[in-house]
Amino acid sequence: MKLLPLKKSALQAALSTLLIFSLTPSVYADGASRGLEIANEADKRDTGFVDSIAQMKMTLTNKQGQTNTREVKVKTLEVIGDGDKGLSIFNTPKDIKGTASLTYSHALKPDEQWLYLPALKRVKRISSKNKSGPFMGSEFAYEDISSQEVAKYTYKYINDETFNGVDCFVIERYPAYKHSGYTRQVVWVNKQEYRAEKVDFYDRKNVLLKTLTYEGYQQYLGKFWRPDAMHMINHQTKKATTLSWKHYQFKTGLTDKDFNRNSLKRAK
Amino acid sequence: MKLNKKSLSILLLALPAFNCMAEWSGDISLQNRYFINDPLPQNPQQHDNYLSISTEIEYYSDLNSSDKSITFTPFIRIEQYDKERTHTDIRELFYEQVFENWELRAGISKVYWGVTESQHLVDVINQTDNVENIDFEDKLGQPMVKASFEKDWGIVDLFVLPYFRERTFQGVEGRPRSFPVVDTDRASYESSDKQQNIDYALRWFKYFGELELGLGYFNGTSREPLFIFDANALVLTPYYPQMQQASIDAQLTTEEWLWKFEAIARDWQQVDNNNSQISDESFFAMTGGFEYTFVGVYESDADLGLVMEYLYDDRGIDATAFFQNDIMLGFRLAVNDADSTEALLGIIYDLDNQERLISLEASKRFADSWTATLEIRGFNNIDRLSRLKGIEQDDFIQLDVAYFF
Repeated sequence: MKLLPLKKSALQAALSTLLIFSLTPSVYADGASRGLEIANEADKRDTGFVDSIAQMKMTLTNKQGQTNTREVKVKTLEVIGDGDKGLSIFNTPKDIKGTASLTYSHALKPDEQWLYLPALKRVKRISSKNKSGPFMGSEFAYEDISSQEVAKYTYKYINDETFNGVDCFVIERYPAYKHSGYTRQVVWVNKQEYRAEKVDFYDRKNVLLKTLTYEGYQQYLGKFWRPDAMHMINHQTKKATTLSWKHYQFKTGLTDKDFNRNSLKRAK
Repeated sequence: MKLNKKSLSILLLALPAFNCMAEWSGDISLQNRYFINDPLPQNPQQHDNYLSISTEIEYYSDLNSSDKSITFTPFIRIEQYDKERTHTDIRELFYEQVFENWELRAGISKVYWGVTESQHLVDVINQTDNVENIDFEDKLGQPMVKASFEKDWGIVDLFVLPYFRERTFQGVEGRPRSFPVVDTDRASYESSDKQQNIDYALRWFKYFGELELGLGYFNGTSREPLFIFDANALVLTPYYPQMQQASIDAQLTTEEWLWKFEAIARDWQQVDNNNSQISDESFFAMTGGFEYTFVGVYESDADLGLVMEYLYDDRGIDATAFFQNDIMLGFRLAVNDADSTEALLGIIYDLDNQERLISLEASKRFADSWTATLEIRGFNNIDRLSRLKGIEQDDFIQLDVAYFF
């Protein structure tokens, strides 16, 4: 019984390797620059939101179908030319209510992260090495929810495909930062709006690990697309996590002062 | 008209619910502590098993504004035997206002300074609630006026502390505790103002990318008491001298390593119980070490953190602190599952007399709003002349089950 999944994984790995090799010669010439071009255009279209506040609800579902939820308030400050600043304040589970994390993300140098522990009133600077670990026990890794900067990956354009009836570019991206849990990600990018519709994540052994799909995109301020829900399915553990987003606000007047040690201690 | 009034009042009632954030939250916790060994023969009043219940509730309101708030956090514990451990405290009751470049906090509050894990030398603002646990992590609410200024050259916090809180100590039936017992009703002070002595503190903090640096200064009543031995009553009475303390704390954070350092220099007093003399004393103490985390151990989602710290006090074996030349080794396991299962194993080893303090804490969440926490503490190879002699027999296993609302 135990052999079967192993065999399947090995087969998948072999197939995907084969796929890369068979595609490589024909697209190599312009694949990398075309991939980067698409990533740059997507980034350009999402530039200028200045800041945002949103309510996130995570629903974790295990193999048996049991669920757990977490509610997090997420504040983001756009930083032009570097990774964004983010403040996450946990409302549930209730035993960690008031816990907050502050992140200064960067493209290639390590992110800077602080954690506020309300019971001790203590701010702890923490290591940012843990990119591949689960965020709050979910199927989202820290690297999946951190600020997506163009320079964090190298790219390759693969082909055009339709996904759910939407015309997409299919690009591959390869993490350029240390300690990633992935060899590559395959992204289906909406051709018209340059927003991700689906991402396949391949683990360190280049076996399909997870699939992320985006649902209910809404446009804010006539420019910025944000999904109502993001569904992550782990193919290896059969566990799933859905992030539902509510009450999106943009250009609320947040500044650097709302993303420092003092504001972390006050975060509600 | 009537209808209008009614709908208006409904509207008024409904408005704050949308705009104003005012909420109650907290926990209620049942604790059982079981002591593995019989008490010391000198302490026949002590028991083997202690049951207690505690609750901490927080009320927070943003006062319908974006720059003002009040916080109120009362705490109570009721314990089966120990009259001193049955206690209440206002952990927090303060008003806070945020201005353009500074913020003000007035009332009873808690403040944390420092970076190290094994002990918290530089953390001097709040008194330790020693009856809660013996790890110095629980603190009593401290009345204060705090002003915090944010400048390009760092964050500066100024404190005026108008009232002193005495450290809590276990009563005769309490366990673990010192032998002889501490008689908190007979506390004495160097300052003639006693608890009304006004203390001052100052802290500067700056972030330089990978390096974070804090400097602190405190002038006032020492939170740590000295003990005067009363041979007639066979009790220790706490004596709180005045102290001046300067401190530094620093952390260097690279992607993999956390390097931590704390040091203090203190001018205060010492008590010589052999000839009942109180004299001036100065000393230096430090804690320094590192933390390294292995991510995804054995191809699981779990992280294993390794913590190592060296604890030093230049008074040597005469130190009032327990740690004068000790090594702390800690292992922190985070399973990273949906229930936030965690465990922390810590060992402090005395390089002078080979005493070992061992602690294990493990916790997990269940059914969304509940947590279970297991704590085991062991005192091993305690020296005959050690100030830890009183707790030699007090190895315990503790289980806390808490409901959060």
